[in-house]
Amino acid sequence: MFPTPIEKTSSGAQIAYKIALPVALIVWLLPLIAVALTSVRSAGDITAGNYWGWPTSFNLIENYTAIFEQTPIGKYILNSFKVTIPTVIGAVAISCMTGFALAVYKFKGNLLLFFMFVAGNFVPFQILMVPVRDLTLDLGMYNTWYGLALFHIAFQAGFCTLFMRNFIKALPYELIEAARVEGISEIRIFWYVVMPLMKPALAALSVLIFTFIWNDYFWATVLTQGADQQPITAGLYSLNGQWVAAWHLVSAGSIVAALPPVLMFFLMQRHFIAGLTLGAVK
Amino acid sequence: MTAPALPDTHPPAQKTWWQQNQQRLAPWLFLAPGIFMFMMYVIIPIFQSVNISFYEWDGLGEATWVGADNYIELMDDEAFYTSLKNNVIWLVLYMLAIPGGLLVALFLNQTVRGIRIYKSLFFFPFVISQVVVGLVFAWFYDPNFGLMNIALGWFGIEPIAVLANEDYVTYGIIAAGLWPQTAYCMILYLTGLNAVDPEQIEAARLDNAKGVKMLWYVILPQLRPATFIAVVVTVIGALRSFDLISIMTDGGPWGSSRVLAFYMYEQAFSEYGFRMGYGAAIAVVLFLIMMIYITGFLYKMYRDERGR
Amino acid sequence: MLYTSLKLTAALAASTLISSAALAGELVINTDTSDPAPKAAFEALIKGFEAENPDVTVTWNLFDHEGYKTSIRNFLTADSPDLANWYAGNRMLPYVNAGLFEPVDDVWEENGLKDSLASSVGSMTIDGKIWGVPYTYYQWGVYYRKDIFEEQGIAVPTNWDEFKAAGAKLSEAGITPITIGTKYLWTAGGVFDYINLRTNGYDFHMALGKGEVSWTDDRVKATMNNWKELIDAGFFLENHAAYSWQEALAPMVQGDAAMYVMGNFAVAPLREAGLSDDQLGFFQFPVINPDVPLAEEAPTDTIHIPANAKNKEDAKKFLAYLARPEVQTEINKTLGQLPINKNSEVGEDKFLQAGYEMLSTTDGGIAQFFDRDYPAEMAKAGMEGFQEFMVKPERMDAILERLEKVRARVYK
Repeated sequence: MFPTPIEKTSSGAQIAYKIALPVALIVWLLPLIAVALTSVRSAGDITAGNYWGWPTSFNLIENYTAIFEQTPIGKYILNSFKVTIPTVIGAVAISCMTGFALAVYKFKGNLLLFFMFVAGNFVPFQILMVPVRDLTLDLGMYNTWYGLALFHIAFQAGFCTLFMRNFIKALPYELIEAARVEGISEIRIFWYVVMPLMKPALAALSVLIFTFIWNDYFWATVLTQGADQQPITAGLYSLNGQWVAAWHLVSAGSIVAALPPVLMFFLMQRHFIAGLTLGAVK
Repeated sequence: MTAPALPDTHPPAQKTWWQQNQQRLAPWLFLAPGIFMFMMYVIIPIFQSVNISFYEWDGLGEATWVGADNYIELMDDEAFYTSLKNNVIWLVLYMLAIPGGLLVALFLNQTVRGIRIYKSLFFFPFVISQVVVGLVFAWFYDPNFGLMNIALGWFGIEPIAVLANEDYVTYGIIAAGLWPQTAYCMILYLTGLNAVDPEQIEAARLDNAKGVKMLWYVILPQLRPATFIAVVVTVIGALRSFDLISIMTDGGPWGSSRVLAFYMYEQAFSEYGFRMGYGAAIAVVLFLIMMIYITGFLYKMYRDERGR
Repeated sequence: MLYTSLKLTAALAASTLISSAALAGELVINTDTSDPAPKAAFEALIKGFEAENPDVTVTWNLFDHEGYKTSIRNFLTADSPDLANWYAGNRMLPYVNAGLFEPVDDVWEENGLKDSLASSVGSMTIDGKIWGVPYTYYQWGVYYRKDIFEEQGIAVPTNWDEFKAAGAKLSEAGITPITIGTKYLWTAGGVFDYINLRTNGYDFHMALGKGEVSWTDDRVKATMNNWKELIDAGFFLENHAAYSWQEALAPMVQGDAAMYVMGNFAVAPLREAGLSDDQLGFFQFPVINPDVPLAEEAPTDTIHIPANAKNKEDAKKFLAYLARPEVQTEINKTLGQLPINKNSEVGEDKFLQAGYEMLSTTDGGIAQFFDRDYPAEMAKAGMEGFQEFMVKPERMDAILERLEKVRARVYK
């Protein structure tokens, strides 16, 4: 193990490490801690300029109720779910199939197609912006959650295909061979032989895509408008304009917006990291 | 990993057409939805954008063909060079996330009690939306009550309005971006460190290799795959930098924090932007820059594929 | 599962799509009036129209104020309502040019609007046709802390020297003379408008907007030099480029700043923040060049019929209704703004009265606003330049040359 395990060092170093750990964490998360603290302050503290001192009162419930009652933040969150969940399902479903096809079959253009998905995944959004907006308008899906979700599914297909193809490629090919010898059809091989082995990949990819899409801001502003359809990232930005200097509300809103992916991360941590670090080790 | 062609043991006579051809057709059936969607929303739009970049178009009425005019105008556009320069600054400074992430990973790669929680909490910033990161940092920099200026005040330094200062603004935004990006690189390296071969480390220890030397000659070579991914995601992240700029400064003050991605959006879609063609031309330039990296990445993948 | 989700999709599509299949007698209106007062005003307006026209059902789509500025392009081309609100002057030019607005000369003709709405004919006309009906406007000027002025013994300044003296006195007392937040640029446009109107007058200001005058002209430089006097004397809030216009209200509320060059919409949030009418006052932007007649800034908000509207007949009825004096009286009472119709009554609010008084006696002309009088691209470049100028006044020549370059391209 590198660096040297701390147990093997002098006791002085061990104590130093144990002190350094929480201190480093607090410094690292300082901006967030500040936000969390501010989100329970009263409006009085904010106007009086008491940003960093001890709060005169703790308004946890008041502030968080206020943002839900006074603003459409609940609606924004709902929209985020409406965009995110279908995208996760759609992108994962599509890429299971493309990944399977590209990993299992040998045919002309296999690598080329694979590279198309990989390259597309890295393309700057801006080059897609104008045509995608026009396409969405033409389909009559401008400013709808499904118009946004459809684009996300298509775009995420790039990354997901890369992910799934490499995962399936690492599965033992003999299984598929054996199934073919048994005369099992290709579709049944996909469904009954390969899919059950892909559960860890499905979980990892779902969590990742969930986070990516939840946090998307750019496409939300390009393809949707207004509280009716916009997800929370775009919503939070427009609320920030409305809550002038009401920093306790901005903070509470930020925390609410960050909560779902954070929960997702903590609940599915192993899968999340497995997904992110695919390829980081050989 | 090519499969040896097994001899077909079944008599061919009773097979239906589908059974005979399914091996050849199946991949295309599986690929069809993916290819269709990807073509519609990604591949074709790239060519459409290239096409639009040769037109003058306000997004409302008719488009007029202007040839390379948009590109010629770009060559003489101060704002374009400001954006390009900022893109370069982003690319260079964003790379700090890689050593930064490695450093944090080395710091956390221990087995003391509760270390897993620490690792998760250090990773936290990456999970949060850039909108939130932007708001948090805009606030951190606020000249009146921002934490940064309060801290500067302890040392008797006058408050600096980072986001309103043309010289500091880009660095201020990059610092905000480095926060989640470092967390990302950290997690890559933590996973990488897990897989480092303990025997090699022991062997190196016996050879009296220690500290930095050990890191450089023994550990880093083994972390190469993690470093590769870290470079790829960081470059992409740097070139995509849009969210933070849009939230923290809206490109200002007077456009000095623009990058190409933001400038494109501004020209085509913002309140006063009606220049789809010009915006598309900026996007094409950005795409070409990105293409250098994409090609490099694909080339490496291609080598790996053939090497298997 | 797939079936239910499809059904769900269809149901949602039906409920959320901006109604495209307008029935006979259905009138679709899109507005950005999402703030409390404008929202209430439109609610009442639509109710009144429906009461009078029981055969017409109004569908009203309310948009977020900021999002509307970009979504209007999309719905005008893709899914057009029958009516949409927007702004007069050059802000409507791109849509008029693209043929997305319908000329409404007949509505004006039939209802005698050229007389009753005479003051806005100019700003509503492009290429000899009239493109909508205005329903409200509001004054710009200097909003100030009356109590602070009294405390410091400052009288309301009426000319440039008094104005500068007042600022010097405030600065001495540790108070920032003028608060401003230029993060979103347009506030700087308002300041430029006034200094230019006072230095060179309305005709020059409009000629500059039409691209007929060079940005490096000496007269523009005179304006900038006047502005520079204020900047050099530390008139404006420090770090203004970091703040939005709303954030810049705070120093005024807290008594750290004394004036704000703003539109009348600033009154509501200032009152809400706790300033009483004894503390808050309004005065006309002071005279700079006494030879120049006083022109004012008063942006007009309008309603238009999109060219792709399905129910133009009822839409025209609605516009005629909107133009009536008593309707404009009502709607502006709620809005806290000024009616366009000359037969309407102005609300009793002291700021409205002051604005009305000022605007109806002005003889120098009424400008819309920088980004309405100047084409979009010129406006954007201009306001960005003004922001830079306010922080780095020494770059004046470089900024003006850059704007001149933009002018050469924009007005070809």
